[in-house]
Amino acid sequence: METCINIISTFASCMVQSGTQPGLALFLQFLVGVILVASFPLVLVIILIWGERKIAARVQDRLGPNRVGPWGLFQNIADALKLITKEDITPAGADRVIFNAAPIIAMLAVILMWAVIPFSPVNVGVDLDLGVLYIIAVGSVGTLAIMMAGWASNNKYALLGAFRVTAQLVSYEVPMVMALLVPVLLASSMSLQQISYAQLGMWFIVVAPVAAFIFYVANLAETGRAPFDLIEAESELVAGYNIEYSGMKFGLFMATEFLHAFTANLLFTVLFLGSWSGPWATEVPFLGFVWLMLKTFVVYIPSLVLRATVPRVRIDQMMAFNWKFLVPLSILNLVVMATLVKVCQVAGIAPDAASASDFAANLPQAIILLLGNVAMVLVTLQVLRNAGRRERLKMEALMADTDRDALPAPAAHS
Amino acid sequence: MLEINLPLIVFAIFAVLAIGGALGVVGSRNLIHGALYLIVSLFGGAGLFVMLSAPFLAAVQVLVYIGAIAILIIFAVMLTRGMAQTKEVVNRQWWLSAILALVLLAVIGIAVVMPVWGPNGSNVVNLQVAETTAGVAELGIALVDGNQYVLPFEIASLLLTAAMIGAIVVARDD
Amino acid sequence: MVPLWMYLLVAAALFAIGIYGVLARRTAVAILMCIELMLNAVIINLVAFWRFLTPQNMSGQAFAAFVFVVAAAEAAVGLAIILAVYRTRKSVVVDDINLLKG
Repeated sequence: METCINIISTFASCMVQSGTQPGLALFLQFLVGVILVASFPLVLVIILIWGERKIAARVQDRLGPNRVGPWGLFQNIADALKLITKEDITPAGADRVIFNAAPIIAMLAVILMWAVIPFSPVNVGVDLDLGVLYIIAVGSVGTLAIMMAGWASNNKYALLGAFRVTAQLVSYEVPMVMALLVPVLLASSMSLQQISYAQLGMWFIVVAPVAAFIFYVANLAETGRAPFDLIEAESELVAGYNIEYSGMKFGLFMATEFLHAFTANLLFTVLFLGSWSGPWATEVPFLGFVWLMLKTFVVYIPSLVLRATVPRVRIDQMMAFNWKFLVPLSILNLVVMATLVKVCQVAGIAPDAASASDFAANLPQAIILLLGNVAMVLVTLQVLRNAGRRERLKMEALMADTDRDALPAPAAHS
Repeated sequence: MLEINLPLIVFAIFAVLAIGGALGVVGSRNLIHGALYLIVSLFGGAGLFVMLSAPFLAAVQVLVYIGAIAILIIFAVMLTRGMAQTKEVVNRQWWLSAILALVLLAVIGIAVVMPVWGPNGSNVVNLQVAETTAGVAELGIALVDGNQYVLPFEIASLLLTAAMIGAIVVARDD
Repeated sequence: MVPLWMYLLVAAALFAIGIYGVLARRTAVAILMCIELMLNAVIINLVAFWRFLTPQNMSGQAFAAFVFVVAAAEAAVGLAIILAVYRTRKSVVVDDINLLKG
């Protein structure tokens, strides 16, 4: 019989011990779990938006929200109240059902991801065998929501914005999935909890830094953060796919965007930064949750500073960056990593299941994989340097040509 | 004859989603609505896969059909402007098609409910179901095992590559 | 556990609806969607039979996976052809695409 150690994961057995029916106790456990997992992100997003506004303000030499509550902490609650009390407009000619369903589906796609995230060694919504595949599948539903919003609005700008967003999201899914496969390969499991356990000895960012880089960049684009925030390119598209939305429906889209960015960083932490692993995490499960959140904020806050710092890329630059740089690199990365892992296994220096949490047992394989990654980075840099030089020579030749042509006959252009 | 239990109710929900969505696909005048109904139907199918303890296929269904094919169809409908609204939904032989589909459904339905096939004509319908099934790991091994499905697997990847190149060549605007 | 015949009946209904759509609808995109429905019915059948008859080996799921591959390839090529036809004929109603008719 289980004992009441962890209040959430052994909720049912605690209830049964105090005299509740087992079936009812199990149902209540699931209910409490679902409510906890689904409402935590909704509460979190309020703090996220506050943090984002504060950091963006500091970068731009402002104070940020500071009126409502201490340090402006309750500003977003006031904003949410304002959004709720706003008039709820459905534009004329809009497809009513799809228009109203789109923000809900967008939010759903992000919250569903939280179901498989391991919060601590014992607390996970469902430890699916194919957690990684589930994450990708659910994430692709978000694209659909944007498509629905753009089409149902009966607005040219909304439709154009939706087209651009869909092109961006579908494109960047390719390198993201390729990078995701590397942790799956190293842990030889698609379950996020198994991947967490496999990182007890050595974090995957040490073993596979190139995959981590690709995943981070692809995630920036996937969540529409700067420099890939073409989703809400105000100056080009008015507002993008959500131009016709007002009130709380717009609020849902905005909350989805912030939550998606945080969830992506949470996934990065789970896959590459050792998930909940840290001192005493296996003894005190709650500490695992604290480590997970701390690490996530460590990667999340640089993305906020990045957002406030860099300019937006052009759409053709964004596409070229994906298809000509990230996708080839991710394929090369996958092939190299798979080969090296296999070589390590054949040579017998790969850690087995028993010694996976031992740092020393992981060391030989980690050194080999790290060397492979360094070699890949060097080759990539060399290729980029050559391509840049070729491009520059071509430009200089072109400039020289136009100079020679331009001097004797300036009017030749028209 | 049938006792109402929780799996049956869940099955009924997914079956209604699948069939209702399918009816929406054939019935809707607007092609975008049709595509969204298709998604509903496929989602019901994914639920059925989960009930059949094939979660891998359910995830692939959501990923491939909803995440890729449905979005592709919506994209195509939007790119071909004016295609979304046609006056007549069905052609002149629609009643013939309806009769054919109903006859087919009746024949399959009778054959399914009153089974006549199976090893030695035994009653396949009431057979006992194994509690444990092979999982995702076995599927992965089966797909790359030299004695099982590695050749179909490679041919499938070749087919996908060929289809991708073919689609780009055919749809290219030149 | 839900009996096998219910799954087969749902799959049969999907297949019949798909057949009706393919034969009766006028636009090519709708026909393509109905073909997807029929393929999905086939996959449900494969998985149901796998679950009830041979759950210990992977033949049913492997075949279902191949049907997925074929469905994806078919959708990509089919939509490409529809786009190409639309570009030349300005129509995707299959009755209007009669260039090869004698």
